[in-house]
Amino acid sequence: MAESYPDDVKYHPEHDWARIDGDEAVFGVTWYAQDALGEVVFYDPPEVGGTVSKDQAYTEVESVKAVSDVFAPLSGEIIEVNEALNDSPEAINADPYGDGWMVKVRLSDPSEVESLLDVDAYKALLQG
Amino acid sequence: MASTTSSLRRTPLFDRHAAAGARLVAFAGWEMPVQYGGVGEEHMAVRGRAGVFDVSHMGQVETRGPQAEAFLQHVLSNDVGELADGRAQYSVLCRDDGGVLDDLFTYRLGDRFLTVTNAANHDADHAWLSERASGFDVEVDDVAARYAMLAVQGPDARAAVAALADGELPARMGTATLDVAGEQCLVCGTGYTGEDGVELLAAPEHAVALWDALLERGVVPTGLGARDTLRLEACFHLYGNDLSTDRSPVEAGLGWCCKLDTGFVGSQTLRDAGEPADRLVPFAFTGPGIPRQGNPVATGAGEGIVTSGTHSPCLGLGIGMAYVPADAAAPGTAIEVDVRGKLRAAEIREKPLYPPRKAG
Repeated sequence: MAESYPDDVKYHPEHDWARIDGDEAVFGVTWYAQDALGEVVFYDPPEVGGTVSKDQAYTEVESVKAVSDVFAPLSGEIIEVNEALNDSPEAINADPYGDGWMVKVRLSDPSEVESLLDVDAYKALLQG
Repeated sequence: MASTTSSLRRTPLFDRHAAAGARLVAFAGWEMPVQYGGVGEEHMAVRGRAGVFDVSHMGQVETRGPQAEAFLQHVLSNDVGELADGRAQYSVLCRDDGGVLDDLFTYRLGDRFLTVTNAANHDADHAWLSERASGFDVEVDDVAARYAMLAVQGPDARAAVAALADGELPARMGTATLDVAGEQCLVCGTGYTGEDGVELLAAPEHAVALWDALLERGVVPTGLGARDTLRLEACFHLYGNDLSTDRSPVEAGLGWCCKLDTGFVGSQTLRDAGEPADRLVPFAFTGPGIPRQGNPVATGAGEGIVTSGTHSPCLGLGIGMAYVPADAAAPGTAIEVDVRGKLRAAEIREKPLYPPRKAG
């Protein structure tokens, strides 16, 4: 897909996004992150029930050449993982904000959302 | 994400790579294309049709003089006396202690020999050869600046090159001097992908015309990323990963190109060492995961280590090569690979991992 940064998600400077719905949020990686990584060939989802901490790596994605950490934009407990990525990790490239989502999290501190970037701030960061 | 690339060398095709949108990376002191569209699609283009790799970063050493054959017989592991005019031969360059300095193709071209080196080892190889040549009536010249090198590989590669050539292409492991796309080339029936194909050595100023003509025939530009996945499926060694001065060529499974009776440098050590304790073996994961260089290996006979690992586009599995204890090296042996703390199930396989060995 072409480079895109939707405005219905919040961004983390490590090139992750969070789509927030009340005290829950879905996480994934941005178009920029998947493009830098190249074709994703393996994704090992974390366990449901595990906790994630803002700014900490919670899983890995792998391209042919490299392994890359995925960072949590917010803190909380994993309540769902995208099992479909086991068989089709390439969805992370093809649809990073849709079918390529990684985990759904119950937020432990929804006020952390205030520290995330909106789309304009994230685009400004990319243009750095 | 900015990187300093000003000190990196560029091949004559650099502008073509940049214009094609290639992702360029530092490799052995060169700024090289790792991929154009994507590693997977480039890999499959070579397996299914034809791809072209710019391998102009590779070096060349020319050896000539009355004792050229005797000298190369002294330093190269294979039997250079068996190398016929116009043919190619694979060998390793060993230290006295048997450690591998490089792996090389040598071509006999009339009264001279051309040896192709790995980019990262080229200067050291030339220095080593020059030092060893002192007792021989030979000239050993670094001729890397004379050549650009393109590898055209895949089931349609020969047809694409043949359509541009003014004569018959050489057989596998042969060579021919031909005009290709109007430019004189040394055409070699060699490669690093497990597919049929040729390698073209030409003057650097001819590289762009050759490249353009191949692309016009539908040959797909392919980068170092696919070069690595292709060679690993085919179980070809990569110096610095699978070969090093810490390992003997016999451990690495290259005993077949070490003709101890020729008395080459390192042969006495190899003879004295006998059967090695470790063996380099190909393996494939039987479940999820991707092995990476340096991952520890657990076997029933002790520990090993992964030297190359990737995701195989053709098999859809993690694959690699590892040094394991000789007692655990038989195809079919179950092993475990520790990938960043997760134990992944794998099985030692026959060479090559792909294409599958034909029955009979």
